[in-house]
Amino acid sequence: MLIIDNLHVHYGGIQALSDMSLEVPEGKIVTLVGANGAGKSTTLRAVSGQIPYIGGTVEKGRVIFQDREITFLPVHKIARLGVIQVPEGRHIFPNLSVLENLYMGGFHRSHDREFHKDLDHVFGLFPRLQERKKQLGGTLSGGERQMLAIGRAIMAKPLLIMMDEPSLGLSPKLVDEVFDIIQAINSEGTTILLVEQNAMAALSIAHQGSVLESGRMVLEGAGTELLEDDRVRQAYLGEDV
Amino acid sequence: MTFQLFLQQLINGLGLGSLYGLIAIGYTMVYGILRLINFAHGDVMMMSTYFAFFGVSIFALPWWVAALLAMILTGLLGISIDQGAYRPLRRASRISALITAIGVSFFLENAALVVFGSRPRAFYRPEMFRAIWHFGDISLLSLTGYTILITLCLLVIVYFIVYKTRMGMAMRAVSKDMHTVPLMGIDLNRVVAFTFGLGSVIAAVGGILWAMKYPQIEPLMGIIPGLKAFVAAVLGGIGNVFGAVLGGFILGITEILLVAFWPELSGYRDAFAFLLLILVLIFRPTGIMGEDLPE
Ligand SMILES: Nc1ncnc2c1ncn2[C@@H]1O[C@H](COP(=O)(O)OP(=O)(O)O)[C@@H](O)[C@H]1O
Ligand SMILES: [Mg+2]
Repeated sequence: MLIIDNLHVHYGGIQALSDMSLEVPEGKIVTLVGANGAGKSTTLRAVSGQIPYIGGTVEKGRVIFQDREITFLPVHKIARLGVIQVPEGRHIFPNLSVLENLYMGGFHRSHDREFHKDLDHVFGLFPRLQERKKQLGGTLSGGERQMLAIGRAIMAKPLLIMMDEPSLGLSPKLVDEVFDIIQAINSEGTTILLVEQNAMAALSIAHQGSVLESGRMVLEGAGTELLEDDRVRQAYLGEDV
Repeated sequence: MTFQLFLQQLINGLGLGSLYGLIAIGYTMVYGILRLINFAHGDVMMMSTYFAFFGVSIFALPWWVAALLAMILTGLLGISIDQGAYRPLRRASRISALITAIGVSFFLENAALVVFGSRPRAFYRPEMFRAIWHFGDISLLSLTGYTILITLCLLVIVYFIVYKTRMGMAMRAVSKDMHTVPLMGIDLNRVVAFTFGLGSVIAAVGGILWAMKYPQIEPLMGIIPGLKAFVAAVLGGIGNVFGAVLGGFILGITEILLVAFWPELSGYRDAFAFLLLILVLIFRPTGIMGEDLPE
C-alpha cells in the first residue's frame, strides 16, 4: 500500500534519513522503532509531505502510495488520498471544542448519516470524548488528547493511519488502552504505520517491525521476531543479554 | 458642556469608531492567522473608494450597485495582494513579510497617484445618508446612524462566519496551529485567501462609508485611517474581531471627546492615537480582549 524507496532527507547540514526504504502492506500494522533522534518522525513527515515546511529537503528517493508517487505532493492533497498522520505531541487544536476537533478531521465530508455513524463510532471507542465534546481541546489531559487525536484521524476515513509516538507521556495503563484501540482500528481494515520509542509495546502488536538508527534501517522482521532479537532487546528494551 | 452635547459627541465618536473598527477587522483577522501586519490594508480601503467612485461617475451605476461591485473588487484585490506578494514569502521570516507589506502599501499609493491623479474627487453621498435624524435635542446625520448599525450587523456576520461555519473553524485552527491544519486535508492557502477576501470586503464597506462622510477621496486617504485602525486592533487585542471593533469605538470616542473638550488640542488628534498605541504596547501589549500573544 505504502512504499518508501531509498529516501534521503536532510535539515540544513543534518542528515536525518539515509537510504530509508520501507513497505507497509495493506491491512497490516507496521512499526518503526528507534531511539530519540533516529529519524522516525522525519519518515512520517516525509510521507505526509511536511519536510519542506519544517526546513528540510527530500534530496533523493520516492514515496509511493497505492501505485501513485506522492513524494512532492502538497500536504493537504496527501491527506485527502487517505494518508492521515497523528502527529507527535497530538497537536489538538486548543481553541476548538472536542467536537470541532473531530469535525476538523472530517473537514471535507458532508455531515450525512455515514459521518454521524463514524462520530458515534469514535464516541464508542472513547466515551470520555463524548462527555467532553463541548469542552475546548486545550483543557484535555494528555490521555484524552491522544484519544482525540486518534478520533480526529478516524473521522477522516483514512486508508492508512500513521501514528507518531502515541504512547508518549501516558501512564502504562493508558498505553495499554491506546494500543488496544490501535489494534481494534486495524482489525476494522485500516492499515497502520506506528512509530514508537516504546519498542516493547509497539513490536508486540505489530505484524512487521523495523529498527531505525541514526537515519538508517538496521533491522527488519516480524514484530514478535524482533522482540526476540538480542540486539533489539539490548538496545531498545534495556535488557542485558 | 451639556449632557445633550456630550451624548451627541458620543454618538459621533461611535460613528467614527465604527469606521476604524471596520478597517481593523481585516487587520486583526490577517494577523490572527498569519501573524502578519498587513500595512497595505488602509490602501486597500482607499482602492475600494475609487472602485465605487468610478462605478457611479463613469459607469453611472446606482450607488448601491457600485458599492456592491466595489466590495467584490476589493475582496479580489485583497486576495491578489496575498497571492502575489505574501504567498511566496509564507516560509520566509516575518520581518521580510512585514517589509513586503510596507512595499505593497507604497505601491498601491503611488499607483493610485499615477492612475487616478492626486486631485481629490468629490464622492457621492446618497439621499438616504443625507437626512438628519432628531432625537430630542440630539440631531444626528443618518449616515452616522447607518454606519453604526452596519458595523454592528457586520460584526454579527463575522462572528457567525468565524464561529459557526466550517471555514471559520479552519481559520480558528490556523490561528493556533497552522502546520497541523493541512494534515486534515485542508488547503491552507484557501483559508488564508478567504481571510484576506473577507477582511478586504469589510474594509471596502468602511472605506465607502468613510468616503461618504467627508465626502471626497484621494490616493493617500488610506494612510491615517489604516494606521488608526491598526491602533484600534492592537488596543482591542490583535487577533480578536470583537476587540477590533471595541478598540475602534474607544479610539473614535476618545478622539471626538478630546477635540470637543479641548478644541485647542484638535491639532494633536492623530498624535493622540499613536500615544495610545505606545501606552497599550507598554502596559498591556495583549490589548483589552487579547488572551496571549505568541512571541
Ligand atoms: N525541523 C528540524 N530541523 C532541524 N533538524 C531536525 C528537525 N527535525 C528533526 N531534526 C533532526 O533530525 C534528526 C531526526 O529527527 P526525528 O525524525 O525527529 O527523530 P525521532 O522522531 O526518531 O526522534 C534528529 O537529529 C533531529 O535533531
Ligand atoms: Mg519523533
